[in-house]
Amino acid sequence: MFEFSSANQKRIPEILAKYPNTQSALLPLLTLAQRQEGYVAPQAMVEIGRILKLSPGYVQSVASFYTMYHMHPTGKYIILFCINISCQLNGADELLEHTAKKLNIKVGETTEDKKFTLHREECLAACSNAPMMRINDTYHEDLTKEKIDKILDSLD
Amino acid sequence: MAELKLLTKDIDKKDLHKLSVYETTGGYGSLKKLFEKKPEEVVEMVKASGLRGRGGAGFPAGLKWSFLAKDVFPRYLCCNADESEPGTCKDRLLLEKTPHLLIEGMIICAYACLIETGYIYFRGEFQHASDLMDEALEEARAKNYLGKNIMGSGFDFDIHTHLGAGAYICGEESALLNSLEGRRGEPRLKPPFPAVEGLYSKPTVINNVETLCAVPYIINEGPEKYASFGTEKSKGSKLVSVSGHVKKPGNYEIEMGTTVRELIYDLAGGIRDDNKLKAYIPGGSSTPMLPADLVDTPFDYESLAAAGSMLGSGALIVIDDQVNIVESTLRLASFYKHESCGKCTPCREGTRWMWQLLDGIHQGEGTDQQVDKLVDICDNISFKSFCPLGDAAVGPVASSIKHFREDYEALLKKNAEGAA
Ligand SMILES: Cc1cc2nc3c(=O)[nH]c(=O)nc-3n(C[C@H](O)[C@H](O)[C@H](O)COP(=O)(O)O)c2cc1C
Ligand code: SF4
Ligand code: FES
Repeated sequence: MFEFSSANQKRIPEILAKYPNTQSALLPLLTLAQRQEGYVAPQAMVEIGRILKLSPGYVQSVASFYTMYHMHPTGKYIILFCINISCQLNGADELLEHTAKKLNIKVGETTEDKKFTLHREECLAACSNAPMMRINDTYHEDLTKEKIDKILDSLD
Repeated sequence: MAELKLLTKDIDKKDLHKLSVYETTGGYGSLKKLFEKKPEEVVEMVKASGLRGRGGAGFPAGLKWSFLAKDVFPRYLCCNADESEPGTCKDRLLLEKTPHLLIEGMIICAYACLIETGYIYFRGEFQHASDLMDEALEEARAKNYLGKNIMGSGFDFDIHTHLGAGAYICGEESALLNSLEGRRGEPRLKPPFPAVEGLYSKPTVINNVETLCAVPYIINEGPEKYASFGTEKSKGSKLVSVSGHVKKPGNYEIEMGTTVRELIYDLAGGIRDDNKLKAYIPGGSSTPMLPADLVDTPFDYESLAAAGSMLGSGALIVIDDQVNIVESTLRLASFYKHESCGKCTPCREGTRWMWQLLDGIHQGEGTDQQVDKLVDICDNISFKSFCPLGDAAVGPVASSIKHFREDYEALLKKNAEGAA
């Protein structure tokens, strides 16, 4: 069973009011569900479909198009490490390797304590401050090994 | 050599994102002048300014506004804040530092085009920028810069934020519209163009963040003033995101026509470790790369096109002589393979094939024939794909072979020696 929290229930009419048709609220509601649970469960897609009068299959087909929706539970902190060109030119590959080693996981994996998930990411529009990573909603820029260690150690 | 700060004059001012601070810099000052004019006069002003789209294609903004289907309402304005072209980070700067400038620009566009509703489509990762924008919109509503009967003018307009969820293709305008309508972000067949059938099948203006942010200056100072900067066909200023191997990477607002050399050596401090420049990509990852001997090319639409590339989104990626170009090209090929939406065959299959061949060459398993094969695939994607992403994917690969075939050969040779 999936239900939006009461705080999120209140947000739904606000979101719907932005648009002349209900389907436009699909991405915002998927995002809301993911923020609540950490991922988009099949039950959440059923519930969103019910609210927006869309079939669960349709909701699924849209959700699967977008890379930011996680279909499975992830770590508490999702580290997206940019490896695109400007970051690559500034040593991102080596720093990514360093991060993986420090967390003792491979890229794409989650630490055993479910704290960190590490992914390779494409350009996140911080190229003039490369290399960079995004942890949940926060951008960390101009990275060095020392800086990465400090950031990771500071998260609990 | 200095910057020309028409949009970013006050960008370092503390708390500029707050309305009260923005107003102290003259912010929203253009609206009084705006409401004294007829909408069609405003369109003419933007036409006369020579302002062109800053999102990639460089289409004249005023002309786009004048193409809206006559007498069809409602109409919509969509600001493209997807900023996903690798190398580009100038819209994020504007969005986070000066959200009210964008709101002001959108009000002007909406008034000129008789639009009552606007959306800002942020890429999904721009949560922070979108939150800041929501606060800015609230402030603007409270002051009646947005809402009903704005400043007693009789004009109604409001703006909403909308976040995407990851997918480079959603920066393409028709894919953006699908995404905003709650669909898969696949491009639409054109025509009909958005000006005729856009969001919810209604006439729609789509402009990049930087394009809309340039509009208040044109109303405040007049189109002649704006057009006095730049070159004959590339007017005004341009924000350039400089990244890669420079000492001082950053966003620089330059007068159109400033040379790439001035950008790299004067503004961005030159090449790291005083290495030699090898190549640069002028307009974001999908624009063809150029070799160092073209460093004196003026940064404007026409000059970069004449040099064999494009101004694109204005993202100058600088590569020094320590790099084998195949490595950078492989990274971009991997990006386009990942981002191809899969709707049409030349792009879906072609991007995968290019990546496979490049990966093989990079790993020392390539042959001369495979480099020729790459050229052949490029020819088969160009102009045969459904949307411009296919052509974009070809840009880095074709140009890397054209200008740096010796880098490919170095890897092939290594292979031959290794095998012997
Ligand atoms: C694959 C692809 C990605 C694009 N990404 C962006 C983008 O991130 N931001 C943007 O403003 N325009 C992007 N564009 C260009 C838009 O389609 C459109 O031309 C632009 O938003 C129009 O605004 P302008 O005339 O003000 O430049 C992209 C185009 C393509 C083909
Ligand atoms: S060219 Fe690529 S991105 Fe564009 S429609 Fe075809 S498959 Fe999709
Ligand atoms: S290339 Fe890494 S943020 Fe743009």
